Parts: sequence; C-alpha cells; structure tokens
Amino acid sequence: MALKAIKLKVGDIHTERIVEDLKRTQIVQYAGASGDYNPIHTDEVFAVKVAGYPSVFAHGMLTMGMTGKMLTNYVGDGRLTKYGVRFTNQVWPGDDLDAKATIEAIREENGKYFVDLKVETINQNGVVVLSGSASARIDP
Amino acid sequence: MAIEKFPIEAGHVMMFARAIGDANPIYYDENYAKTTESGNIIAPPTFIQANAQFDPDYFLRPKIGQPWFGSGKEPTGIKPGSGGDTRGGGRGLHAEQHYEYHRHLRPGDVLTATIKPGKKWEKEGRRSGKLIFSETIIEFRDQKGELVITARGVGVQTERAVEQE
Repeated sequence: MALKAIKLKVGDIHTERIVEDLKRTQIVQYAGASGDYNPIHTDEVFAVKVAGYPSVFAHGMLTMGMTGKMLTNYVGDGRLTKYGVRFTNQVWPGDDLDAKATIEAIREENGKYFVDLKVETINQNGVVVLSGSASARIDP
Repeated sequence: MAIEKFPIEAGHVMMFARAIGDANPIYYDENYAKTTESGNIIAPPTFIQANAQFDPDYFLRPKIGQPWFGSGKEPTGIKPGSGGDTRGGGRGLHAEQHYEYHRHLRPGDVLTATIKPGKKWEKEGRRSGKLIFSETIIEFRDQKGELVITARGVGVQTERAVEQE
C-alpha cells in the first residue's frame, strides 16, 4: 500500500525491529546471495587472527538491505526513488536492530508527490549503526 | 572497468530477499506480484549490489586457481607483506552506499554497467588510525540501454582494526 500525501505530515515516524539476535548463518546467507565473500564477514579465524576483530561482523550492505525492508514496508513496493546511507558502526552476531524512518518533507514535482525520509538504524545499546536518507513516490 | 552482463534472475532475487530477512511475496511469488502495482516480481532495492557476482574483476570472490586470503590450514592464504593484494588484509570496509532508482529491476532484465572511480580523500580516524576513502560510481543500464540505477559507493581502508567502544 502506497502512502498518501494528504495523510502524512513532517515528523511522522515509522519504526520496525529488522533483526533480533543476528545469526552468523544469516551473514553467510548474505555473502552467498550478494557475492561479497570477504572472509572478515564469514570466517571467524580470519576475522580474529588476521584482521584483529573480536569476531566476524555483518556486511554494511546486509544492514542496508534489512533497513530497506523497513522502508519498502512503509512506502510500498517499487516506490523508492533514492536510498543512501553511511555505515557508522559495525553490526555483530547477536545484535538486535531497530530501523526508523522520519518524514522530513512532502513535496510535489510536476504533478507527482514525493516524501523525503531520514533513515536511522540503531542496535540494542542505542548506538547508531546506519544513518542516511531516502525518497519515495507517494500518492496524492 | 565494466560489467558486460548482469542478468536479473528470479531465483537469485528470491535468495537475496531471504538473506535480508524479507518475506514480502513480491520478491518470489509471480501470482501475487500480478496483483500489485508493478504487475511483476521486482528485486529488493539493494539487490543491485549483487552485481558483484557478475563483475569479472571483483576481488572479494575466490577465483579458481588463485590464492584466497581467507583461512584454511593457516588463518590466511596470503601472508601479509607477501606482495599480494593489500585489500585482502581485512582492512577494507564499506563506508557509504547511495542509490538512485530510475525504475525497479525485474527478472528478465539484463543489465550492463560502467564502473568509474570517483574522488579519493584521507582522514585521521579516532578509532582506526589513518583512513583512506575512495569513491566508485556505477551506472546500470537495461537491455534497451536505458539508465535504471545509479550507484555511488565509498570504501575505506583503515590503518588498523576499528577499536570497539
């Protein structure tokens, strides 16, 4: 279901729990589907002994993908026109993530309506792991 | 650099949706998709990142007959300082990713892409030493030559592992 401009206002918020207790297997699944086989994400021996991290950690793109699920659930399928993020902290196995979209603007361009959103995903400690923005085409 | 052929395939789209934990049937169920606005299966917004599977030069995929830097008998297949690809030391991270959608992908599309290096810059990081950022811009075109997605990514090489707070 697409959003309707008439029913929205700046400051409206949509939030979703996008993952609970992130599993290493899901990270492996993402590596296989995306083609990013960097062992830092899937090979605990490499991540700890060679790269010097406490364990493997998720691809930033897995967090962006899971956050995208919150966005498409909110704005509707096939409606995103822009989506961009910065990865601000790493995501680890066992993390719980909550993603949030906040309406920053509702605008009309050549008879079409769009919404601009601020996007943020935080972990169970309240640390921001992803921060960015998105725009979507909405109904009048 | 370029990707000559990135075919958008239904099975691949389904596996990608599973990996990001998205159960939305528009990513795998043709009959359901027919009832939606798009009228067909579409790919999740970040699916385009799977272009890596079709990039012959993508360095984070083990290649047949070539050394791989992940663990086997030893913690890494490439010794640091052995003159191998320095990006294989676990110091490379993804800093930013931005997409502009001109339309959404569907199974049956066949994309081509041109990959252009963008800006490069350096910064002193509080938790990881010197940071070297580099930007890549990829334009994806469909079988008709029309621009479908523009992607701008920023990678970062850290001097050491990022300290955890």
